[in-house]
Formats: sequence, C-alpha cells, structure tokens
Amino acid sequence: MSTDTRSAPRPTAHDPGPVAVHRRLPRFAPVGIFLAGIALGAVLSALTGFSIATAVVYGVVLGTLAVYVASRSVEGRRKATDRLVTSLVTTAFGIAMVPLVSLVYTVLDKGLPRLDSAFFTNSMYRVVGEGGGAYHAILGTLIITALATVISVPIGLMTAIYLVEYGTGRLKKAITFFVDVMTGIPSIVAGLFSFALFTLLFGNSVRLGVMGAVALSVLMIPVVVRSCEEVLKLVPNELREASYALGVPKWRTVVKVVLPTAVAGLGTGVTLSVARVVGETAPLLVTVGLITGTNLNPFDGRMATLPVFAYFQLTQPGTATQAFLDRAWTAALVLIILVMALNVVARLISRFFAPKTGR
Amino acid sequence: MTTTSAPPAPPRPKRRPGDRLFSGAARGSGIFILLVLAGVAAFLISEALPALTAPSDEIPGGEGLAGYVGPLVLGTLLGAAIALIVATPLAVGIALYTTYYAPRRIAAGMGYVIDLLAAIPSVVYGFWGLAVLAPKMVPFHEWAADTLGFLPFFAGPASTSGRTMLTVGIVLGVMILPIISAISREVFSQAPALHREAALALGATRWEMIRMAVLPYGKSGVIAGAMLGLGRALGETMAVAIILSGGAGATLNLISNSNPSTIASNIALRFPEATGVDVNTLVASGLALFLITLAVNMLARWVVNRRADFSGAN
Repeated sequence: MSTDTRSAPRPTAHDPGPVAVHRRLPRFAPVGIFLAGIALGAVLSALTGFSIATAVVYGVVLGTLAVYVASRSVEGRRKATDRLVTSLVTTAFGIAMVPLVSLVYTVLDKGLPRLDSAFFTNSMYRVVGEGGGAYHAILGTLIITALATVISVPIGLMTAIYLVEYGTGRLKKAITFFVDVMTGIPSIVAGLFSFALFTLLFGNSVRLGVMGAVALSVLMIPVVVRSCEEVLKLVPNELREASYALGVPKWRTVVKVVLPTAVAGLGTGVTLSVARVVGETAPLLVTVGLITGTNLNPFDGRMATLPVFAYFQLTQPGTATQAFLDRAWTAALVLIILVMALNVVARLISRFFAPKTGR
Repeated sequence: MTTTSAPPAPPRPKRRPGDRLFSGAARGSGIFILLVLAGVAAFLISEALPALTAPSDEIPGGEGLAGYVGPLVLGTLLGAAIALIVATPLAVGIALYTTYYAPRRIAAGMGYVIDLLAAIPSVVYGFWGLAVLAPKMVPFHEWAADTLGFLPFFAGPASTSGRTMLTVGIVLGVMILPIISAISREVFSQAPALHREAALALGATRWEMIRMAVLPYGKSGVIAGAMLGLGRALGETMAVAIILSGGAGATLNLISNSNPSTIASNIALRFPEATGVDVNTLVASGLALFLITLAVNMLARWVVNRRADFSGAN
C-alpha cells in the first residue's frame, strides 16, 4: 500500500521558503463554520414551516457555502475548492446512507408485528384474512435454492477448475468473457429461458419448482465461476509442483491439494452466490408461480417461494388488506434476514476454514 | 530452438484415465456454460417466433410487435437513464470518500456498509419505494410541474401518488449505486502511489491530487462500472413492477400518473395471466431486453478488459 497521503507535509507559517506565506484557517474553524451554517439552515427551515428534511438540506447547503466563502477569503481559491470538494464528497456518502437507513427502518417497523411463531408454522392454506404465515413459502425458497445450488456448484466449480488448471487459448478467453457477460443477464430473462425450455419439453403452461431452480442456476453459475476462479488462482503454484514431484496425477493434485487449500474461499464464494439468488423474485414469478398450500415436491406443480409470496401479498391483498400488508412486510424482513445471515455465514466460513499456514 | 543434439526427450507422461476424465469434465462444464448462453438466445427466439410472424392485429394493442415493444423499450431506457444520472456522481463521490477522505480506520467498514445496499433483494426495494419514497416524492413532483413544466420531462400534471418514472429511476439509482461505487473504489485505490505523491509533493491540494492523478487513471473504470450498473437497471424487474403505475404509451413525461412501463416489469405483471400469442409477445419483448443488456454488458466488459491490459504496467 501507499503511504498515507494525508500526512504529506504541508507548508506551515514557519516555512522560510521563497513562496508567500500561506494563511490557514485554524484547525477546528471549518467544522465550526459548517455547524453554524447548519444551525442557520435549521432556523431558515423553521421560518418556512419546519421539517427535518428541509432543515438538513438547507443546513448542508448553507454550511458548505459558509466554509467555502470563509476558506476562500482566508486561504485562497485552491484551498477553498479543496474544502468544497471535501464537503461534496462527504455529502455524497451521507446521501447514500439515507435510503439504506430508511429502508432498514421501514422494513423493521412494518415487519416486526407479524414476526411471530405462526408466521413460521402456518401456511396460507384456506386463510383469507388475518393469521396464516409463510411456512410453505420459506420451505419452497429453501428447496428451490438448494436445488439451484446443486445444479450450479458442480458446473461452476468445474468450469473454474478448467479456467485455472487446464484452460488455454481461445476457449479459455471465450469462457471468461461470456461468463462475465452472463453475470449481466436480467433475472427475468433467465426466467423466460427456463419457461421456454420446459414449455418445449413438457407442453404449454407448465409450472414446476425445478423450472425456478434452473432459472436461478443461470443467474448463479457465473457468480460461482468468478468467485471460485479468483480463489483457485490464489493457491500457490509450489503446492501443485510439490505434488507433481511426488508423482501424483494432475487430477488427484487438484482434488487432494488445490481444492482443500482453497476450501474456505470456495465456501465463501458459494455462500455469497446463494445469497445473490435467494432474493430473486422475477424468475420465480414466471416459472414457479404461487400456491397457498404446502408443496414440497419441486417436480410436481406450482410451489410457493418467499419473494413471490411477499410480492403477491402486497400487490393483491384480499378484503383484510392490513393483514396481507403485514404478512408482506414480514416476508420482506425474513428475506433480508436470510440474505444478511448468508453474508455473515460467508464471512465466518472464510475466517474459520482459512488454510492453516503452519507458521 | 537450435539445439539439435538435445538429450533424449523424457518419456511422455502417461495419460491416466482419471486425468482424462477429470480434464474432460472440467472442459465440458466450460463448454456447457457457453451452450447455456447460446441456449438462452435460442429458446427465447423459438418461443418468440409465433409473435414475430403473427399478423399485427393479434398482438396485444393491435399495432404489431414494434408498436407493442416500442413504448416498453422507451420506458426501460428512460428509467435506466435517470438511474444512471442519479447514481454515477453519487457513486464517484462515495468511492472517493471511502478511498481518500474517510478516516483510514473506518474506511473499509464504510465500504462494507455501501455494499449492504447490493445485498437487499429487489422486491424489498420495491416495497420501500412504494411505501416510503413515492409519497415523499409527491411535493417534489408538484414543484417540478410548476417550475420546470416547460421541459417535456416535467410537463405534468403531477402525479398524486408519486408512482412515476422519476421515482422508479431514483430507486433504480439506489440499487445500482453499490455496483458503480464498488468498481470505482477499486480503480481509485489502484491509482499509482507515485503519481499521487508526486502531485502532493508539487504542492497540490488533495482535490488537485485527485483531479491530476486519480481521476484520469480511474476514468475507464468508472465508465465500465456505470455501464454494468446500466445493465442492471435495464433488467430490473420487481422494483419497477411494484412502484410504477404504467401502461401508457410512449411519453417522455416523467412525473404524471401515466408512464410507459418497462420491458421487464411488463413481463412480470402480464406473464402470470397471459395465454396464447400474448405469451409469445412477452417472450419477444424479453428477447429485445436480452439483446439490449447483452450489448451493454459486452461493451462494459470490453472497456474493463481493455483497461486490465495496461494496468499491470503500473
């Protein structure tokens, strides 16, 4: 890494150089001026009908301007521009935080009331009003995601092995490029692909859980390939060469030396790719559909999945609207918890299964 | 090359069946992925064919396939364009903040927090956009209709629900923000330390250092990230399907109650109930979306890879 750019020496008032002495604002002056600007913004907002949003917007704009003007009059144009950009860049980060915080707060606020045991133990079978739960949808999501993982991981892992251990020339280049391109396939197109495939095989208007799994696999395989490829590249060549020197065939070297060394990274990559597809809604909407009862057989008819369940609870509420909305938000909350849990698991895997370096 | 009296070549390594099987399986998986991608195109075309050949009055809307898909393409591009306009400057700012401005100790954590935005499922973004952002956007819509009404984008009348293309574009912008900022962050942090330190040594302020050493180096990375984000925004389905009150024909008006729908959300909304040639029409529109995103992604990857070729020199 580079040295810390901020500790670079700055000319101070004691510099005896030929350059004119720089005047600088005292260390805490910019922060103070900025806060004064914010206070002014709050006052201005209070005069025009107070709201937190306008207070913050006025405050940040006025604070930034105040710092710029003060710095410009004391420190000159260049330093003032620097301070202006600092404010802008920090504000950009702050703006990005707003939707994240707002989203998490809203989902918690609206989702917690129905996060009870009934939500996890009841299905929507013969439920028209209050009560009911997402038991069937949660199980459906787990089954379909597991099926997608079973399809994607062998293909993705073997492709990554090909790219790192065997691949040469044009085929390798083509695979790398098109795997990258595949990462960008819209999820709904993956769903349509699965739909078209199964329609050709089994006739019209077929809806199966496995169709959803195939659609998710199309989205998942490129992610698995990329993450596994990165990890396999990190395995030191010395290990492979030591194995060859002992007369071990190449395939056993890969299976017994390379893969065990990389297992932590592979686990993390696979878990993150599961997290990527577990919240996908659109491909399941067009391939798996939704039912109110519990169907645990992905090869027989429609299934319920959590994202699709949440979507239909929100968009097609029955007569007891509030009960449907509550279930929708709780389903969204469970979905977020699921994705976050997978992310945490991925981090734990990389921490606990990291290769023993033996040092 | 010229050693004719080389020692006898070592015996060729024995090709064991296990080796052949394993390398064959690995290569086969790689080829299988290429086949899947080709299959996506092939199956979409085969299902879309009936709509491509059907007489134009059988297509929903009765104006032929182009008349049906055209407004959807316009809606898709409009939403993605707003998303890009919203997200790119913010993402560059965030990337600069986390690489060069944030206190070193918490910078990595801040990057992780931004990445959390990418982990939230799109259907939840739709919920949030509908329940929180859309009502909050209503006053802005009214203001835009009053003051900016002379522009075709803000012609009005302002929507009373906030479920407009403008709101959708902002939600899409939030969704692609982590993609653009992650790639920008990576290229910014790779800007050669020698260039940065040279700029500082010449007396540049931090912003001048960034403008001289970091931004020129990271420009192509930002462009590539923006295009990857564009690809995601074009194909985003659920958030648009939930928020947008669409269904109108082609219009540039971003703030009224009638907006052109997008390809992906139109498929999601119509597909569950569609039958017959309607299904084929929807698949045909999906094919159009596939081709658009494919082109955008290939261009983005080409930009990324071109950059990777010379970045090793630093």
